[in-house]
Amino acid sequence: MSYNQPVYTDNDPQSELVTLNLGPTHPATHGVFQNVLQMDGERIVSGVSTIGYIHRAFEKIAEHRPFYQITPLTDRLNYCSSPINNMGWHMTVEKLLNIQTPKRVDYLRVIIMELSRIADHIICNTIIAQDTGATTTFLYLFQYREHIYEIFEEICGARLTTNIGRIGGLERDFNDVAFAKINKFLKEFPVALREFEGLLNRNRIFIDRTKGVAEVTAENALSYSWTGPLLRATGIDYDVRISEPYSSYQDFDFEIPVGTSGDIFDRYLVRNEEMWQSLRIIEQAMEKIKSEPKGVFHADVPDFYLPGKEQVYNNMEALIYHFKIVMGEIDAPKAEVYHAVEGGNGELGFYLINDGGRSPYRLHFRRPSFINYQMYAKMSEGMLLSDAIINMSSMNIIAGELDA
Amino acid sequence: MARATNTELIDLLGEKFGEQLFDVSEPYGLLTFSTTKDKVIDVLSFLKENGRINFNFLTDITAVHYPEKEHIAVVYHLHSMVSGIRVRVKVFLNEKDPKIASATVLWNGANWMERETYDFFGVKFEGHPDLRRILNMDDLGVHPMLKQYPLEDPNRVDKKDEFFGR
Repeated sequence: MSYNQPVYTDNDPQSELVTLNLGPTHPATHGVFQNVLQMDGERIVSGVSTIGYIHRAFEKIAEHRPFYQITPLTDRLNYCSSPINNMGWHMTVEKLLNIQTPKRVDYLRVIIMELSRIADHIICNTIIAQDTGATTTFLYLFQYREHIYEIFEEICGARLTTNIGRIGGLERDFNDVAFAKINKFLKEFPVALREFEGLLNRNRIFIDRTKGVAEVTAENALSYSWTGPLLRATGIDYDVRISEPYSSYQDFDFEIPVGTSGDIFDRYLVRNEEMWQSLRIIEQAMEKIKSEPKGVFHADVPDFYLPGKEQVYNNMEALIYHFKIVMGEIDAPKAEVYHAVEGGNGELGFYLINDGGRSPYRLHFRRPSFINYQMYAKMSEGMLLSDAIINMSSMNIIAGELDA
Repeated sequence: MARATNTELIDLLGEKFGEQLFDVSEPYGLLTFSTTKDKVIDVLSFLKENGRINFNFLTDITAVHYPEKEHIAVVYHLHSMVSGIRVRVKVFLNEKDPKIASATVLWNGANWMERETYDFFGVKFEGHPDLRRILNMDDLGVHPMLKQYPLEDPNRVDKKDEFFGR
């Protein structure tokens, strides 16, 4: 964190400019973000962002942890869609170890990832609505995030920082209650989402606040390395799920929505449409699972997959493998891997260098929030303060992912 | 457009830069090569602007410290959205004086990535418009991702790695 003290650009006592310290704990910014702004009335003349308030040195910690203990660190990057981070990390290690997961595991993972994508987009879109003054829509759709968390609770026992899955698969199979809850969600959520869209898509006040605000050209977005819904709103159809299908996304039929102008309204529409597409993917996955062998929830890799507790207590081999994994007797190959997944905010990349030990020699997270946020201060120049606030909401910057 | 292949890319780059590219490998299908710090901007701008391969997207910049070789490697990940492939470019710098030209002339997005690399590894990017620390505080005094800095207070006895099999 490099301190940006409020600086008065000119010492002229007649100056009309006011320095405004927006953040780090401002109720309108939904997180720890500081921007020191030079204001001309309601209009922003220039701004500087300060980040790093919740930096927790994950990359350093990861160099001292075995692979399976790094999963909880990834939870705390984008904590609005932690399952995607968990799965991304597991798939990186699986790529390193050349583990092939069974199809059923891939489909279960896709269900989890798409549910968390919906949860992530619910947060972003309802908060845009909230910041433009529409509290009803916020409260109305936000309860469905709660239903998604209940599904996660059923699958892994946790809600926000899920630590879901293991290297090689999942820690346990979905139970019947989880499937029932997913089915219930698939039935109820489209109704709510349609109503949410009905309240906002053609709402005059909402359109006036968002359309044409914070427009970004495709060239600019590419130059700033934007990914995810923000890039797609500018008209570029880049999605890691399509360009380099991971897990089993090549088996699904879905579309990538794109916008045209990259303004806040387009970002909102892109995220909404992505929720519809995620629902489609989950429906297809639920169908596909029925034809897969029941009860398969991990690959057969005893060297790396932590066995269940009851097996450790009752089965000699499981006990040996458990001991070997926990005590670090098994070495992973020397290699370097880059694996990317489509996170809620864009391309979430894991760059892993292994020198043969059981913890990474170097692990770098390519965090979309960090990279997307660097244009924020520049974008805000010339904008009204109230527009800059909804611009930040629409970029869905998550402090955990920003600061790592 | 058809997806370009790694062999095609190697041929194209070999023709242009010859001996200045070395250590070419393909770990997990991702083409990786090293270059020298004098040539890095030429290589990156060739990758970015060549119409056939068109690596228009900078995915990531980071660094790796190799204390026994006294190296700091700066690693660039580029992505060609047009031909659908990635490439990894490495530049090995001396850890005593890690200096390299800034890629901000090619991509605006390199700005914070380079600030982060400077913050954690002390790599000085020459020509960077605003090279300050970004995540750590200004008065930290060290570049904490270098391998000589331990994770925790080395005098603690209750968390020694040997007790955990590390």
